[in-house]
Amino acid sequence: MADDKQIDEATGTETTGHSWDGIQELNTPLPRWWLWTFYATVVWGILYTIAYPAWPLVSGATQGVLGYSTRAEVAAEIDAVNDANAELTESLVSIDLAALEQNEPLHRFAVSAGASVFASHCSQCHGAGAAGVQAAGYPNLLDDAWLWGGEITDIAYTVRHGIRNDTDPDARWSQMPAFGDMLEDAEIAALVAHVRSLSGLAETDAQGAQLYADNCASCHGDGGMGDREIGAPNLTDAIWLYGGSPEAVEHTIRQSRFGVMPAWGGRLDEAEVRAVAAYVHGLGGGEREVAQRTEDAGAPPPE
Amino acid sequence: MSQPGTIGKGPQMSDYLKLIALAAIALFAALAANWARDLAYMVHALLIMALAAGLMIHTLRHMEEPAGPDARVATPEGYMDGPVRYGVIATAFWGIAGFLVGTYIAFQLAFPVLNLDWAQPYANFGRLRPLHTSAVIFAFGGNALIASSFYIVQRTCGARLWGGNAAWFVFWGYNLFIVLAATGYLLGATQSKEYAEPEWYVDIWLTLVWVVYLAVFMGTILKRRERHIYVANWFLLSFIVTVAMLHVVNNLSIPVSIWGSKSVQVFSGVQDAMTQWWYAHNAVGFFLTAGFLGMMYYFVPKQAGRPIYSYKLSIIHFWALIFLYIWAGPHHLHYTALPDWASTLGMVFSVVLWMPSWGGMINGLMTLQGAWDKIRTDPIIRMMVASLAFYGMSTFEGPMMSIRAVNSLSHYTDWTIGHVHSGALGWNGLITFAAIYFLTPKLWGRREMYSIPAINVHFWLATVGIVLYAASMWVTGIMEGLMWREVDQNGFLVNSFADTVDAKFPMYVVRGLGGVLYLTGALIMVWNMWMTIRQPQAAAIAQPAE
Repeated sequence: MADDKQIDEATGTETTGHSWDGIQELNTPLPRWWLWTFYATVVWGILYTIAYPAWPLVSGATQGVLGYSTRAEVAAEIDAVNDANAELTESLVSIDLAALEQNEPLHRFAVSAGASVFASHCSQCHGAGAAGVQAAGYPNLLDDAWLWGGEITDIAYTVRHGIRNDTDPDARWSQMPAFGDMLEDAEIAALVAHVRSLSGLAETDAQGAQLYADNCASCHGDGGMGDREIGAPNLTDAIWLYGGSPEAVEHTIRQSRFGVMPAWGGRLDEAEVRAVAAYVHGLGGGEREVAQRTEDAGAPPPE
Repeated sequence: MSQPGTIGKGPQMSDYLKLIALAAIALFAALAANWARDLAYMVHALLIMALAAGLMIHTLRHMEEPAGPDARVATPEGYMDGPVRYGVIATAFWGIAGFLVGTYIAFQLAFPVLNLDWAQPYANFGRLRPLHTSAVIFAFGGNALIASSFYIVQRTCGARLWGGNAAWFVFWGYNLFIVLAATGYLLGATQSKEYAEPEWYVDIWLTLVWVVYLAVFMGTILKRRERHIYVANWFLLSFIVTVAMLHVVNNLSIPVSIWGSKSVQVFSGVQDAMTQWWYAHNAVGFFLTAGFLGMMYYFVPKQAGRPIYSYKLSIIHFWALIFLYIWAGPHHLHYTALPDWASTLGMVFSVVLWMPSWGGMINGLMTLQGAWDKIRTDPIIRMMVASLAFYGMSTFEGPMMSIRAVNSLSHYTDWTIGHVHSGALGWNGLITFAAIYFLTPKLWGRREMYSIPAINVHFWLATVGIVLYAASMWVTGIMEGLMWREVDQNGFLVNSFADTVDAKFPMYVVRGLGGVLYLTGALIMVWNMWMTIRQPQAAAIAQPAE
């Protein structure tokens, strides 16, 4: 209240003489280390703004004497990597994909590039470990069951054009009818049992077999082996895209399924498409060009 | 002291005006609810309608009563402590709410199944997260600031609050703002600006409340009986003035319809981002730093019974702080569409801000000179010291993280979350708890808190909780930053985003446990407050000697 300066006993420092609700203030000078550190940061700040782009002017800003730019820095880092990989990338684009595995250094390069493409673009659906998400119909890429072919060229085609999308006219396309309106409930139940029996999960009877032969065999084959040419899944391998429970199979039969994969040809460059194909091919189920299949002529045309 | 408009008996002219105004508001709100274009707007309109109708009936029923003396204004000095008492209780209430939601969403991140199917879309992480941030910053922190600023400004000016019942309007108006904001988030009304999520009509209401707050505070300072203005009031005034400016500029938007909550920002693209982070960083700077420094400058010397360490330091660090802080926002936008020059300036001002920020810590800690033993004997002092230590730590960490090279690692990672929480839980939380422990006995005329050992338990629960929180976020933040940039010998990225999410799981559980400890401590505080206020009057003493 009153301006009566006193000496504080505990510290021996003079007070300012102010008092508010009993609070007084000491007249301690600024701590030297504090002041000099403050000055140092100010000096550093001035020098830094001279060195780097900093001060806005009328029609632009000062560029700084170092000529630094974050965009140029990032571009230089990317260019350095691209330059270092230029030769391998070029070879990857021009090589016959089926022969990639024979070129060991190039194959190793493609797989590590593909792993990065996969992590950035594919893992969102197929999972970081590529095991897929069964409940959502995202295929597991680790097993050796392939809907559209497991050779590296098949995989590259699937990546490039996608599946059942509206954007790429060359997308892989298949569509199963929804049998919910065509069959009676009892028939569907018999069919579910038969389909599951193909993988040894249930017992079937003559009605189920007859219904299968009439409605399903044309695509999935008499024995249920499926047909990759038209994307009809193999029903005998106990591998299920949407699950093998009676409920899941019944849902598929009644309402059909319509999983979509985007076409990556427009978003990834040729080297990236080939790289990710090599990576997926190497995950465990990749097939080689041997005579497992009889109709090789129907394989998708190479780009 | 007499209240304006309450002298004599019987209905007054002002009562009739009040009735007409409330009826008009209720009618307008009813129309708005009828024409509402979205759920949030309709619920808010119904809420306003019910409030206005309720107030109207209340006014009508009490019109014939003689005006009694305001029992809530009973300090011998004539200070108005009613709104402060309500504010302290609101602070505790919103604190618990905010900590509870925070702990819940921390576990939602660890265990996504807690985004309960039956509670969608209202209780998913995306809607609860702004509820948490607004509840702790604006509801808990805001009520603490308003209540303590009303308490401090009266004591350090030797004057009763200016403006009569305006202080009550500030309290109730501000809490209505919080209710509108919080319910709006749950119902899906948001303008998607961090820490400025409330939609246009809620913003307008807050502007009105804030202007009255400024008037009450300024009015009290202008009629002060002290010659000088105490340092706490400089900080509090800078907080009130700057927050008004930030709030208005960042919320410039045009409603799509006056019958709906949706609005469109007047800024777009990088200008909008820049405005947003100018706002958000200074919400930290002026709300959570300057405002709380105002609290610190009163409660620390009072509790320690010592003079402020250095008057000169308080002047220099005050002006340096408020001058520098306002430029630091662009450091939130390094390596974005923001031009490099703005990014450089944001970084430089942030680094220069280091010492001015530390000025407050030095002044607070060194005020204990000659009273260091109280750290051992007084858990409230211990809380204040820990609070200042966390303040010092996060105001060093902040400038460091604003450096472009550091930011390229830390940005978008949990390190930022850890940084914010060591500041919010450590600095803002602990200083607020200390202030509550200081204020509660004084406001209710008790000698001291019901249980001093419980304060000590609260201190340790809170401190260990913060350490678990901050340490787990440092580990997980730096880990994910390193995983994001990890490349193989050919320069290809090694990890997918999901790999980093998977790797963070154990740290997310530790963070959630930190939240549980912090929440438990706050619940003990509420129990302690309850017991203190309920204590028989016999335990109370008249008034402290001062």
